[in-house]
Amino acid sequence: MDTNLALVLLLTPFLGFLINIFFGKSLGKSVSGIIGTLSIVASFAVAISFFLQINQTQKPISIELFDWIQISKFHVSFGFLLDQLSILWLLFVTGIGSLIHLYSISYMHDDENMHKFFAYLNLFIFFMISLVVGSNLLVMFIGWEGVGLCSYLLIGFWHKNQEYNDAAKKAFIMNRIGDLGLLIGIFILGNMFSTLDFASLKTAIEGTKNLDTYWLSIAALALFIGACGKSAQIPLYTWLPDAMAGPTPVSALIHAATMVTAGIFMVTRMHFLFDLTPEIQTIIAVIGGVTSLVAATIGLVQTDIKKVLAYSTVSQLGLMFLALGFGAYEVAVFHVITHAFFKACLFLGSGSVIHGLHGEQDMRKMGGLKKAMPITFWTMLIASLAISGVPVFSGFFSKDEILMTAFHHNIPLWVVGSVASIMTAFYMFRLMFLTFFKDFRGTEEQKHHLHESPALITFPLIVLAILAAIGGLISLPTDSWLNGYLGPLFSQAAHEEHALGTTEYMLMGIAVIGGLVGIGIAYAKYISKHEIPAEDSEITGVSKVLYNKYYIDELYDAIFVAPINSLSKLFRDYVETGISSVVFGFGKVTSELSLQGKKLQNGSVGLYLFAFVLGLCAIISYLFLAQ
Amino acid sequence: MNNILTQIGIENYIFLCVTLFCVGIFGVLYRRNAIIVFMSIEIMLNAVNLLFVAFSTYHQDTQGQVFVFFSMAVAAAEVAVGLAILVSIFRNIGSISIDNLKNLKG
Repeated sequence: MDTNLALVLLLTPFLGFLINIFFGKSLGKSVSGIIGTLSIVASFAVAISFFLQINQTQKPISIELFDWIQISKFHVSFGFLLDQLSILWLLFVTGIGSLIHLYSISYMHDDENMHKFFAYLNLFIFFMISLVVGSNLLVMFIGWEGVGLCSYLLIGFWHKNQEYNDAAKKAFIMNRIGDLGLLIGIFILGNMFSTLDFASLKTAIEGTKNLDTYWLSIAALALFIGACGKSAQIPLYTWLPDAMAGPTPVSALIHAATMVTAGIFMVTRMHFLFDLTPEIQTIIAVIGGVTSLVAATIGLVQTDIKKVLAYSTVSQLGLMFLALGFGAYEVAVFHVITHAFFKACLFLGSGSVIHGLHGEQDMRKMGGLKKAMPITFWTMLIASLAISGVPVFSGFFSKDEILMTAFHHNIPLWVVGSVASIMTAFYMFRLMFLTFFKDFRGTEEQKHHLHESPALITFPLIVLAILAAIGGLISLPTDSWLNGYLGPLFSQAAHEEHALGTTEYMLMGIAVIGGLVGIGIAYAKYISKHEIPAEDSEITGVSKVLYNKYYIDELYDAIFVAPINSLSKLFRDYVETGISSVVFGFGKVTSELSLQGKKLQNGSVGLYLFAFVLGLCAIISYLFLAQ
Repeated sequence: MNNILTQIGIENYIFLCVTLFCVGIFGVLYRRNAIIVFMSIEIMLNAVNLLFVAFSTYHQDTQGQVFVFFSMAVAAAEVAVGLAILVSIFRNIGSISIDNLKNLKG
């Protein structure tokens, strides 16, 4: 029964993909959209039924389909592990996935390749599900690579634009760099413990005495590099903002709710490994904190509405890693969930704005959309309040828990996280004020066509806004349902409840005031003083450095891309020329020889006879000389 | 060894045969008339036949003489075919110079 359900869960999106890719064009746009959406909704329903079951029994469901690899001691089976963690992930992957599919029916309706878009989306969800439910690292790796492939396909969906193709390639290659780390980690673990199964790895790591901590740390670091690639952490974060080239639903799905959280998922999954390597945990926390701050500073000055959100995602993911670094897995998972709600809402809202403005993404050319797009405005406002950490909204609870954890472990990182949070509040409200308040700054024609988006777009927005508002309820500071639910997974050491004392209230106060200060600065700057960000050419000083993202891309270009380019040029111009001249040389010599040989065969009997006699003489003299 | 060989000596036969063979070879190489070439080939064959017979006698063994019959039969067959070809070439191009046979090249 469970096996069948799990197969339904996994295979309906794949079925949707098959139908859409092969018959989508003939079925028509609406039908392919509906098929795509329904297949995810079916998965969502199954995920809910699993959730209800596991919430009651508290026992993980383990399903083994077949033996996959069997080499002497080493054994990998193809199976699923449905425990609290994977089902939680499933719920929001398929749940938010369904909403985004629904949204895409309307958003992509003018695109001629809509069936392809839905096929890719379905395939993406299929791989995401296999990433989440895999019972061992290899099955997870299939999903891991699969979502990488699908993100490439989706980011480059509008492949007629070369810039978009480059963005897709960048995302793909950056992810591959991280994947190399992940693979190395998998190999080390497989070599050390002869198994890749999560459950047996856990028993093996926890049961073995005199563990080789050196290799264990390297494995943990390698796995974390994989997580860095997927979750866009320093130094592998530059792909995510560029990935905004894809259609907006893709940004919402991949870059808010699913793929980028895979790194968090993997680290949480392998928590038993990271728990034993405190030095790697420190690295994770530092990288997370620094990423969060760096991305937030870049977010301060971006003018592209989706880029602001992209940097905000990088920054929020940094906060999650900050929590992971302190072993506070539940807290990170909590933030993943609330982040999925409000960031998906924000992305879809920005999509609605872009839709309303016929493709305009520059916030300098927006403004005053509040009246024309009330639903978009209110939903985005709620999500912005949530991400800024204003009390009552979901982001407040999750972010506060992260900062609190940081405070208890490492004060400098707490400061970094808090500053990043204040910046978040600032740039989110900068986005809101520039987009929805004051007068419209676009063209007359755009102004004429301003309208609220259709119901298929606003409905997911409303649902996500509600979730963003109340999502915090799943883990209230004193009465955390989430901590109880995830409790069986983690060892008690990692499990810490913060009793609410004076310090905690003070921290909470600082966080709230910080958030409000951020909003206040944005208000003073963009509403009271009515400032509009300068044109690209007029940006100077620090802003210019920030606007150009610290020139990190240029740095990577100089360090990695340029040398590789010149190296490949060298190989092309000299080494390849050398090799091909040798290869073609053989051909030329043969053909020249045969041309000369052809002349011998000229039909002159005299010559033949002469050759015959000469041969005869040669043979005879050889025979004599040989004696 | 009470035969002619004891009086003349086998080496004289060998010298004669080599000379004949070389005459044949030079005939083949220098003459342009196809019939003369044929004749030269016959000389070469006969030089070898003579050698066969001489050695056969020398060894008191008839095998060599049997081989001579074989090679004579083959040579006769060869000449029959070759002459027929030459006749038909002569009818077509009015000459039997082997230089003209180049035209037969595919």
